[in-house]
Amino acid sequence: MTSSLDENSKEKMRSVSVDLNNDASLLIDIPDALCERDKVKFTVHTKTTLSAFQKPEFSVPRQHEDFIWLHDTLVETEDYAGLIIPPAPPKPDFESPREKMHKLGEGEATMTKEEYAKMKQELEAEYLAVFKKTVQVHEIFLQRVSSHPILNKDRNFQIFLEYDQDLTVRRKNAKEMFGGFFKNMVKSADEVLISGVKEVDDFFEQEKTFLLDYYSKIKDSTAKAEKMTRAHKNIADDYIHISATLNSLSADDSTANKKHLEKLSDLFEKLRKVEGRVASDQELKLTELLRYYMRDIQAAKDLLYRRARALADYENSNKALDKARLKSKDIPQAEEHQQQCLQKFDKLSNSGKKELTGFKGRRVVAFRKNLIEMAELEIKHAKNNATLLQGCIELLKSN
Amino acid sequence: MATSSERSPPPFPDSEDQDVLDPEDVGGRDSDEEDGEDLFLSPSDPPLADLDTPLPLANQPIEVLMTPPSDIMSDLLIEPISCQSEIQSASEVVTEPSDDFVDLTNNLTEEAADNVAAAAQDTAIISLDEPSDDFVDLLGSETEALQEEAVVVVDVPADTATDKSEGMGSDTDPPGEGKEEVEEVEEVEEASTAAVFDLIGDSGGESDSNTQQSPGIDTFVDPLVDLLSDTPPAAEAQKPSMATIDLFNEDEGSDLFSDPLLTMSARQPQKSLFGETDEDLFGEPLGATSKKTINKEQKDKTVTIKAAAVGGGINITGPLQEINPAEAGDLFTEEAVATVPSVSSTSTVNSKTNGVHSEEETDIFAEATVELSLDSPRSERKKEVMAKPSAPAPSLSATASLAKPQSAALEEMDEEEEEEQEDQFEIFVSVKDPEKIGDGMTAYMAYKLSTQTTLPMFRTKTFTVRRRFSDFLGLYEKLSEKHGPNGYIVPPPPEKSILGMTKMKVGKDDSSSADFVERRRGALERYVQRVVNHPSLLQDPDVREFLEREELPRAVSTQALSGAGFLKMINKATDAVSKMTIKMNESDVWFEDKLQEVESADQQFRKLHALVESLVVHRKELSLNTASFAKSAAMLGSAEDNTALSRALSQLAEVEDKMEQLHQDQASNDTFSFAELIADFIRLLGAVRGSFDHRIKAWQRWQDGQAMLQKKRETEAKLLWANKPDKLQLAKEEIAEWEAKVTQYEREFDRVSATVRKEVIRFEKEKAKNFKRQIIKYLESLLQSQQQLIKYWDAFLPEAKAIA
Repeated sequence: MTSSLDENSKEKMRSVSVDLNNDASLLIDIPDALCERDKVKFTVHTKTTLSAFQKPEFSVPRQHEDFIWLHDTLVETEDYAGLIIPPAPPKPDFESPREKMHKLGEGEATMTKEEYAKMKQELEAEYLAVFKKTVQVHEIFLQRVSSHPILNKDRNFQIFLEYDQDLTVRRKNAKEMFGGFFKNMVKSADEVLISGVKEVDDFFEQEKTFLLDYYSKIKDSTAKAEKMTRAHKNIADDYIHISATLNSLSADDSTANKKHLEKLSDLFEKLRKVEGRVASDQELKLTELLRYYMRDIQAAKDLLYRRARALADYENSNKALDKARLKSKDIPQAEEHQQQCLQKFDKLSNSGKKELTGFKGRRVVAFRKNLIEMAELEIKHAKNNATLLQGCIELLKSN
Repeated sequence: MATSSERSPPPFPDSEDQDVLDPEDVGGRDSDEEDGEDLFLSPSDPPLADLDTPLPLANQPIEVLMTPPSDIMSDLLIEPISCQSEIQSASEVVTEPSDDFVDLTNNLTEEAADNVAAAAQDTAIISLDEPSDDFVDLLGSETEALQEEAVVVVDVPADTATDKSEGMGSDTDPPGEGKEEVEEVEEVEEASTAAVFDLIGDSGGESDSNTQQSPGIDTFVDPLVDLLSDTPPAAEAQKPSMATIDLFNEDEGSDLFSDPLLTMSARQPQKSLFGETDEDLFGEPLGATSKKTINKEQKDKTVTIKAAAVGGGINITGPLQEINPAEAGDLFTEEAVATVPSVSSTSTVNSKTNGVHSEEETDIFAEATVELSLDSPRSERKKEVMAKPSAPAPSLSATASLAKPQSAALEEMDEEEEEEQEDQFEIFVSVKDPEKIGDGMTAYMAYKLSTQTTLPMFRTKTFTVRRRFSDFLGLYEKLSEKHGPNGYIVPPPPEKSILGMTKMKVGKDDSSSADFVERRRGALERYVQRVVNHPSLLQDPDVREFLEREELPRAVSTQALSGAGFLKMINKATDAVSKMTIKMNESDVWFEDKLQEVESADQQFRKLHALVESLVVHRKELSLNTASFAKSAAMLGSAEDNTALSRALSQLAEVEDKMEQLHQDQASNDTFSFAELIADFIRLLGAVRGSFDHRIKAWQRWQDGQAMLQKKRETEAKLLWANKPDKLQLAKEEIAEWEAKVTQYEREFDRVSATVRKEVIRFEKEKAKNFKRQIIKYLESLLQSQQQLIKYWDAFLPEAKAIA
């Protein structure tokens, strides 16, 4: 299946969970994307006044793996250890609509033609929504990087935007995959180890507890919200079937009931559209928000980990210096190392503090925006529903 | 024929009867007129050309009739005829039709005092060449004269007939019914004779001495002669109506009746009333009185109309004649106007017969009866009828006759609505306060059954009894046993649910148990309400006992695992088998179509029910998920360190909490207002199918009877051939016995068919009404929850905006 995004629908979709300071010097968007089997090709379009780029405007084709590569290189760059690296976009997942489509195909015999067509239409819409969302999260990732005063100077980032060939990033081989897994293990073990290190700064101490707590909560909320929106979607789907059955009932009916059934069928058809919108808007405004901040908090936690690591390193260097002094051996190196560690730790602490404060502000703003939008949409849809119902009731009562 | 045959038909409410009649009146008219035209254009033309050809004209209708009737006529005619003898002979001849009917015909003939009918009779007589002397002269020259004459003649029989019918009643009729009819007839006669007197100003004196035929006739001869020129139109007018009747009667083979009917086209509405519905009325004590008065009223009306018509017919003849040569069609309508009452009444009769003899009907008629028999404002009918005579006969042209059906249709609609409103307030039963009685496995639920009614048949306006579930089932058993085989759709109660009951008995007070009890309570309430809304079932003593009596004998046969239950199961199984084996070649398209419709509706409703159930499941799921999200959001809010955001999140949690309640309420609304409605329909559709099955069973009985009769006849033939006179006699007796049986079976089948048809129509109407009401209720619940939703989110919006 191949589908592409048109500009205006994307505009609408930009519910974006982050408020980006749109710096006119570097504007990035993904105006188009192409889905081929399980690969998605994004067209990354850049408009810039920065001299670092050769041309003021250019477009390059990128795949999901390229984004991951960019994210990983950013994470691995030592200089950015004190920054919250924008979370990598999740892998495009078209499994669920595909699976549903498959199921639908199997159940075709049990449905009327119309019903089937409607279900298919619904699934296509769902598929398109997933597709749009995928494009959106990739776009947001780039925009966040580009709006960051330090990250947007990154060489790899600029290559990512500018290099007009395929980046041909190697797919991670098994060893690397395992390596990544191993690294994670080490990291978790390390986290436990360094958790014993006494925190010197209250701010970070608080931040750590908060983020840990918040992360588990938001993770739970995300899962629950997902379930809730899915349940809502099911109801919209039920309406389709009910509408179709009512319709075929009215076709067979020759009594006065025919009109009632027809009207009711129409009503359910309209209701399911609204109900479907309710579900997808909830998904977009609430679930997506929670999901994004879940990842963002993970990124913030990573920052804390890096700082804690640096702190541990500093403590270790202190011990090493003490030892060196005791042995009166290699004191300058140890001192230098200790200084380095201290410097690094201080730098991390400073930028971390700034980043975390900024993160908090960003989060609050994003939540505000999304919650307002969601409430407004809910009201709009409910009003829509109410009008439809009212109209139908009046119609029924009138004859 | 079958119309007359029911001796003890099921009780019918007045309104129903009226319903049946009126619509036909309206709808039937069109079709009749058409038919009439087609048929009669040819016969009617000749008279126009030749005034002297009454014979062929008269003959034609008779030819249409089957042989037996003509025989009858000849018999009648052969005897120097007084009308009495005619009637009597007719009644003698009438062996097949029920005796009641004979009376009816007699009555009718009497009532035929109305000129038109009488004239027809006379013409028939004349054509047969054996009229009484007086008549011959008159008729030979002018048929119109006959009309007038007929009035007199009929008057005579009218009185005599009453005597006769009284006599007859004792001889042939089940006395009760016959008596009642006779009484009625007398009333009618009085009215009609009176009218006749008015009509014939001259003969006022003579009509008093009606019993003496000859004087009356003599007196009339003169005026009639004068009216020579008038004859053709009048004759024509009669003919159409006659012919139409003949057509229909033909199939039934009861031409016998058709003759009297013909003669008394004006009487026919009453006839049909008597034939079918009236008897019903009589059978039912309550309806009888009111019905009678209605009949009387109607009769009066018709009489007056007749008077007008006669007057009109005579006066108009000039214009009519002019018109006639020009356009046959117009002619007919004009005539129709002159004989409006007769035409319209014939139409009623026709459609009536259609209703009964479903096999012979054309679709048009079937449709007409179907649609029209629903509504039956009697007052409207009155108005209609009254309106007709009041208008000057000549000006009552085709337009008038066209306008009438329309206005009538409109009126009907109004009337229908009124009716609906009416019967809504007549009786209302509520089932409330389910209460668990006893403990353990012997525990049961008892419900409070409160009735509010304005019906006079109940002693008080409100009363309350306690009933347990099995009582409801017991009521259904009784009703379906009594009324099911007659083709009634007995509303089914909710099914037994062993699971639900067990849960309840175990005493689990969880939501599903409460849900079950509430579901059942609602279903029971709707069930009882349906029963009492059914005009015939409401009359059943068991229903009244169920509603009123303090203590009800325990219904035992309803237990699923009892011996009776086992028997029932076996019965059901055999029924299912026989249903499969009986292959009825359905000759009535209406039933075929309806059955198909019902079956497909059943299937679709089942599907819909499953879908709504899954909607309920999903809604409950949503409610559950919303609840857990609400909790989670509350936790998130507590974890949030930004005060405003934290507040907003906990507000969100609250909103979601309310949302959960909303979804849950909506889920139960889905269940109670929507799913239960559909479940009801599925049950009802099953009952409808049951009534179809009963009709097929009746048919099967009839077919079996016929086969048996055939066999007996063969045996007789064999015996005859073998020349065994002793056994032959026995065989003949058997044949006679089986003939009677077959006739009875056929009548039963016709009756069941008619009932099923009426019931199905009633069911459909009720269904549409019910569906609309319930759906509106359901949609309102949806609307309400949407409005709540708006409220909740509206309240949340400022909180979200307050996040800083």
